[in-house]
Amino acid sequence: MAKGRVSIVVERCKACGFCVEFCPTHVLALSSAFNSKGYHPPHVVHPEKCSGCDLCGMYCPDFAINGTKIPQDKVPQQKVAGGEK
Amino acid sequence: MLNILDNNHDDAHDGTVNPVEQFLRSDRMPHIWCPGCGIGTTVNSFAHALIESKIDLESLALVSGIGCTGRVAGYVKLDSFHTTHGRAIPFATGLKLANPKLNVVVYSGDGDLSAIGGNHLIHAARRNIDLKVICVNNLIYAMTGGQTAPTTPGHATTSTNPYGTFEPAFNLPHLVEAAGAVYVARWTTFHVRQLARSISEAFQKKGFSFIEVISPCPTLYQRRNKMGDGLDTMKYYKEKSKVKHGAPTSEVGLTLNGEIVVGKFVDRDRPDYQTMMRAQYVESLGDRYLGDEVETECVCG
Amino acid sequence: MKADPHGVLTGTHFLDGDHACCEGALAAGARFAAGYPITPSTEVVERFAARVPTVGGCFIQMEDELAASIALQGGVWGGAKAFTVTSGPGFSLMMEHIGYAAMTETPCVFVDVQRGGPSTGLPTLPAQADMMQARWGSHGDYEIIALCPNSPQECFDLTIKAFNFAEEFRVPVMFMMDEVVGHMTEKVVIPPADQIEVTPRKHTHKSVEDYLPYGTNGDMVPEMAHAGDGYKFHVTGLTHDEHGYPNMTPQVQDKLVRRLQNKIRSATDRICLFEEDRLDDADVVVVSYGITSRVAQRAIDAARDRGLKVGKLRLITAWPFPEKKIADLAAHVKAFVVPELNLGQMVHEVQRAANGQAKTFAVSHAGGGVHNPDEILNTIVEASRC
Repeated sequence: MAKGRVSIVVERCKACGFCVEFCPTHVLALSSAFNSKGYHPPHVVHPEKCSGCDLCGMYCPDFAINGTKIPQDKVPQQKVAGGEK
Repeated sequence: MLNILDNNHDDAHDGTVNPVEQFLRSDRMPHIWCPGCGIGTTVNSFAHALIESKIDLESLALVSGIGCTGRVAGYVKLDSFHTTHGRAIPFATGLKLANPKLNVVVYSGDGDLSAIGGNHLIHAARRNIDLKVICVNNLIYAMTGGQTAPTTPGHATTSTNPYGTFEPAFNLPHLVEAAGAVYVARWTTFHVRQLARSISEAFQKKGFSFIEVISPCPTLYQRRNKMGDGLDTMKYYKEKSKVKHGAPTSEVGLTLNGEIVVGKFVDRDRPDYQTMMRAQYVESLGDRYLGDEVETECVCG
Repeated sequence: MKADPHGVLTGTHFLDGDHACCEGALAAGARFAAGYPITPSTEVVERFAARVPTVGGCFIQMEDELAASIALQGGVWGGAKAFTVTSGPGFSLMMEHIGYAAMTETPCVFVDVQRGGPSTGLPTLPAQADMMQARWGSHGDYEIIALCPNSPQECFDLTIKAFNFAEEFRVPVMFMMDEVVGHMTEKVVIPPADQIEVTPRKHTHKSVEDYLPYGTNGDMVPEMAHAGDGYKFHVTGLTHDEHGYPNMTPQVQDKLVRRLQNKIRSATDRICLFEEDRLDDADVVVVSYGITSRVAQRAIDAARDRGLKVGKLRLITAWPFPEKKIADLAAHVKAFVVPELNLGQMVHEVQRAANGQAKTFAVSHAGGGVHNPDEILNTIVEASRC
């Protein structure tokens, strides 16, 4: 069960790759989707590994992502990217 | 068909909001900084420091100069002043002296603070004006297209040194320590949590605090010097940084592709400008000294 | 509102212009100054440094004029009325920040005690050669107000006026003294505080949600807030919209810059102060300002004694230039005689405003002393014959 959840503001992302690189548990990857500026935002590939540490949020220069801890009595439905790349 | 992972709003569909968002002028997002630029990353650390330190945002003022980092003032939801090139520090000094209750942060770039603003940097440090200076050092003049800065390492290629720089670069921690700063630290944009902590520590100090943050400029500095993109630079910071708290600042100079010494170098105490000023007036004038606070009624009626 | 008594040195004094200017600033409510020493202006801030600790406020001598001219603006946004003083070389250094004050609509006063130039020039001797610079010294399109005292008494009275204009129009005001007015010692009467009218800062009373830092309700001068009041506003020298946010389009530029111009130009009837004498029957009008106006007075009186119909127009406000007054006079006088301690600056404005309807004669002087009244008289005689 994931301890954390990631929220992404797709339109702000500039695909720098910091969040993907520095997530300690490799939750993220750059998707093949793109936003209206043509950047590939990240997506969650390992939701179960998210601890909600918010390092992604701290690294993101575009304020486009952040991680939050999930209170452990709740069971979230984290969206998973499927079928890309 | 692309699988949009989340919404396009500043708070996620599930109601969680980035803790940094409250400090941003969301109506001005997305910002103008390039992909892989580290300035936004420093703003996250700054925001976290504000949360951690429980700073009263209504008595916080942020002053910036001109340049890419100077644009921070326009993106933060605080009383913020985007001033002239090199002159954020004297403006901030006036702000602080007229309203000593303000917490005044100067957020500006290496060229702005150490070239055109160099004189003001050293005098404010000498005087120990109670300012928190965050100097984002991308080793270049970025906004104007990548010219040599006093911090550009030797043998780098820039638009005004197309055959390579040959000047020695300023060692900013050494400079401000010598000038009198009471708190001097350096981090890179890789060190997001340590940077936030340093900023918090600076808020606890009275006097001139200077925090240098080495940051990528992938569009100009890194690209012209074939150093990869922002992510490559962050990996370089991770690999080549060495934390040396208390290192002698004379030994923390930067070189092209060399080791980056980071850490808290100086943390000392001496009375700040206003403390010394008041003490001097009290000693000289006794009861005749009416203080330095400006009465609002005298101005606004 | 009435002046704050703490800053008013009521009484009859024997002061030079520099010292009187400082007292004027204090009477106007100035409680912050940032300065840098430069002859012949330094005494203004030396006195302020001595006075302000017992009045309440702060003075700081900065490391250069670049710092002084922006530190005072930080002081304004921190909640004070603030000013700086300088002379020619320092005035040149301050130009960027005069433009910043105009662009950000920061109310403040810049005192220029003019001396011989260009460059280091004549530090201890008078000139009036910064007049065009006061108007056009910074880059871009902007307006300022400039006042010219001709006595220590006026250095007191008009400094208050300068601060009042600054607050009313949210504009930097240039206080154009000269070395003679600054260093001459005369009787200065400072009235009780309740007889001194002081313009308060146009501080907003709007709620945080409703306040627009650069929004106007048709009167062209936005309401101001100070750092620490809770409005969390943004100020920038970039072209900006009503939120104060950078908005760099030709449309916003046009709207902003024209408003900065119109807020001054639409009020020239209030701002353009002058002193006139015997204009009704005049054939020739002597237009002068500052110390030269006192020398000119001698020449005018001598000319009248000779039967020449000479009138006097003394500019108290140099900028905005009183075009309408000159144009009205040009319709029924033969000529203007414009003595200045420079090689011709305000005379060009007189000629422009006269628009060919009257002749214009300059009485130039390279600076370093004042005119001999005969120089002015001779030109009056020549002008009367044309």
